[in-house]
Amino acid sequence: MVNRIVVGAGYGLRDWIAQRATAVIMAVYTVILLAAVVANGGSTYEAWHGLFASGFMKFATFLALLSLFYHAWIGVRDIFMDYIKPTGLRLGLMVVVIAALVGYAGWAAQILWRL
Amino acid sequence: MAELTMKKKRPKNLDLLTIKQPLPAVLSILHRVSGAGLFLFLPVLLWLLQSSLASPESFAMVKGLAGNIVVKVILLGLLWAYCHHFCAGIRYLLLDGHIGIEKEAARMTAKISFAVSLLATVILGGLLLW
Repeated sequence: MVNRIVVGAGYGLRDWIAQRATAVIMAVYTVILLAAVVANGGSTYEAWHGLFASGFMKFATFLALLSLFYHAWIGVRDIFMDYIKPTGLRLGLMVVVIAALVGYAGWAAQILWRL
Repeated sequence: MAELTMKKKRPKNLDLLTIKQPLPAVLSILHRVSGAGLFLFLPVLLWLLQSSLASPESFAMVKGLAGNIVVKVILLGLLWAYCHHFCAGIRYLLLDGHIGIEKEAARMTAKISFAVSLLATVILGGLLLW
């Protein structure tokens, strides 16, 4: 174990839990979506569009996508912390990823609620 | 302290290219690679979702795109990445719960993860892409 001085900062437990909670949400959503596609069929536009038209699927899809973006942030951050050694470059890349993911979240809302 | 100095003298080989990786290690690095790949393709996948839902015309355009063999292969690769990340992820959740942490069990579940994700890729790819 590393001897750490307790300073009250986060040690990553919150992200560790969030990574797993978001994973479970996405896994459950994957099963729901697959079941819906198999039951309803997604091969025509009407069936595919109808799948996402209900309030429940909009909510579930948006929740799963937000989970995906948070999950992706934790994963990409871990990759950057492991391989990108220069601090400035690492922080710069992290900002780019956060900006992209926040943008994706807005985009996802627009895709779903324009239906 | 004496023990510590002894430990430091052990021969070390950290050259990844000459180490034969056990299956759980291969699964682990592919978990990372598949996650990174899926992240990089996020804008493309969101665009495909948007186009498939926006109108019958754009839906037909997505179907036409998915008919292209190059696009098909890329989508199949992403499908495998999703399935692998999914199966390996569930394995990690079980490991978090101290299930299958013995060496033999861990190698067995790694094998199962590979088998299930490849099978799921073939079945879902067959259903959705071909």
